[in-house]
Amino acid sequence: MSHTLTSTRPTRGRPTPRGTVAVRTPGQRLSFLIRARTFLVCLVLVLVILLTLILSVSTGDYEIPLTAVPGALLGHGQHLDVFFVQDIRLPRALTAIGVGTALGIAGAVFQSLSRNALGSPDIIGFTSGSATGAVTAILLIGTGALGVSLGAITGGLLTATLVYLLAMKNGVHGYRLVLVGIGISAMLSSVRDYLMTRAELHDALGAQIWMIGSLNGRGWGEVTAVWIALALFAPVLLAQSSRLRHMELGDDTARGLGINTRLTQLVCLATASALTGAAIAAAGPIGFVALAAPQLARRLARTGGTTPVGAALMGATLLVLADLVAMRALAPTQLPVGVVTAVIGGSYLIWLLYTEWRRTRA
Amino acid sequence: MALRATTPPRPTRTRRLLRPGGLLVALGALALCTLLSITIGSKPIPAIDVWKALAHYDGTYDHDVIRTLRVPRTIIGVFVGAALGLAGALMQALTRNPLAEPGILGINSGAAAAVVLTTFIIGTTGPQLVWPAFIGAALASIAVYALGSRGHAAATPVRLALAGTALAAVLQGLIHGVIVLNDFVFDHIRFWQVGSLVGRNLDIFWQVAPFLTLGIVISLCLGPSLNAIALGDQLAAGLGARISLVRAATALAIILLCGAATAAAGPIWFVGLVIPHIARLITGPDQRWLLPWSAVLGALLLTTADIAGRIVLPSSELEVGIITAFIGAPVFIALVRSRKMAQL
Repeated sequence: MSHTLTSTRPTRGRPTPRGTVAVRTPGQRLSFLIRARTFLVCLVLVLVILLTLILSVSTGDYEIPLTAVPGALLGHGQHLDVFFVQDIRLPRALTAIGVGTALGIAGAVFQSLSRNALGSPDIIGFTSGSATGAVTAILLIGTGALGVSLGAITGGLLTATLVYLLAMKNGVHGYRLVLVGIGISAMLSSVRDYLMTRAELHDALGAQIWMIGSLNGRGWGEVTAVWIALALFAPVLLAQSSRLRHMELGDDTARGLGINTRLTQLVCLATASALTGAAIAAAGPIGFVALAAPQLARRLARTGGTTPVGAALMGATLLVLADLVAMRALAPTQLPVGVVTAVIGGSYLIWLLYTEWRRTRA
Repeated sequence: MALRATTPPRPTRTRRLLRPGGLLVALGALALCTLLSITIGSKPIPAIDVWKALAHYDGTYDHDVIRTLRVPRTIIGVFVGAALGLAGALMQALTRNPLAEPGILGINSGAAAAVVLTTFIIGTTGPQLVWPAFIGAALASIAVYALGSRGHAAATPVRLALAGTALAAVLQGLIHGVIVLNDFVFDHIRFWQVGSLVGRNLDIFWQVAPFLTLGIVISLCLGPSLNAIALGDQLAAGLGARISLVRAATALAIILLCGAATAAAGPIWFVGLVIPHIARLITGPDQRWLLPWSAVLGALLLTTADIAGRIVLPSSELEVGIITAFIGAPVFIALVRSRKMAQL
């Protein structure tokens, strides 16, 4: 497929693989290859994100005509329009995009590190730990949004550190990390089950909705937090992405290629966990985005391995679309967005797998 | 090499002795646990009265407690534990993925979705939900298997894992949607999804017993074929293994075992995930030993957890699903740290 889009002129005698374009700065300080199909997929995803952003800003119980949206964004127009766009809908949509991006990248990194298509931030116990921290905060202390976020981050960090330390023994072997993560997550999940069955129905329901993941009532505070985390941590992971790709070949091969595997692993785990933490603090542990986004992006772009950029855009697309559906599907009832990411993302993955496998031959 | 390929590498001397001998010890421990499970509870009943209740029932309160409460939940615990351990071992052999547990075939989510929908639409709760749970589990896993074996290729491990995860996500979303809209369903499901043996009577056991028995028989016959499949599809086919048939039979056994266990006791996913890893440390990768070991250790873990749940709190009891994780996880982590894990 990719070769149909070939448009390369080998510059300075060096040929590029088919279907790719070489980008070189003058003097070749920086040069890299762009696959045409990957580029197109990313472009389409960006367009979908922008389109959905505009739609989510303009639709709702209070309709704002599309023509009034640009004005309202800049603070002109009717007072109510400006209020709904600037104070309610825009921050919510931006939170969705930020959280989706963070989860997509984190998912891609964890899948590379664990070399497992089922890998996700859950494997180091981060999600499980933060859910337990938040549920404890909700059910035992009964704190507000900030307390819940703090509980989530504390729980997540403690758990991730514990899992990493327990898995450490002459370095952290990926397989051992995964298994220790499973063990700790199971214990935490039973703590949650215990709290949930002993709590009052109303409190338990609140905790359950938090655990599904929701963007209801998210404002500029969440937007700032998520996007600052993205600005800090995403570049680190993007810089590590080529090393990560080599590490997918196995630790020995990667070391043979001159990579400090232990350091790369630690940096990537810590940064991806921090991104996950920011996402969870803002919106709760929204399921399935981190797991599905890398797989979906990979299948759309038809690349061999996971790509952080594609996964990030896919995650953002998935979440912002899902939130639009969550707001509008059963209006005026607002579903938690986690319900929709699971149903939409899952169905889409089933459909992709269905069509992909139909073509296979024995 | 190729001639011996269906039999895994010759085991070490200790392992040759440990595998049959240790299995007998484990069976002995299981028998002891079964007795303890009937004896121990919030109302202490002396062993001699336990024997009388079983042999010469005279209708006193103590005898009623033994015969209608403790015996049924003990029997169900032993069978559910064995079924979950076996199903987990089969699942990891089928998908060749250490993260695989029977739930990956969509069993837990299928059962949960069926329970939620039945409660939501009809409003029933309690033991009547055994059948919906079993049917839901079976339908979901058949769907996953059908999706995984689409096209002309056989259902490969990665495909099953991906298809199962995707379907589980959709069903989970559905469940969460209903929970958010309906308090009553949530109040019921939060207790169901812990996994518990409380209040399970013999009626439930007789409903699921045929499926459990059939599943156990099928899976114990599959050992040699699964050993061949572990070598990879091409080598296994070259050795005469009928890959599609073995995979389908394995999937059927998993559906029977795990579907019935989940219907009887709710989702207790940790047993199926962890027990095969622990068993593999003892037996090595040979499925002929791994499968019976997983069954016995699964039953042992669940029975021990059920007893512990009754005595750990002074006034109430903890569900077995909560305790399994607290007993199993530290053992599991210690094992993971103590030696090189037997890879799949």
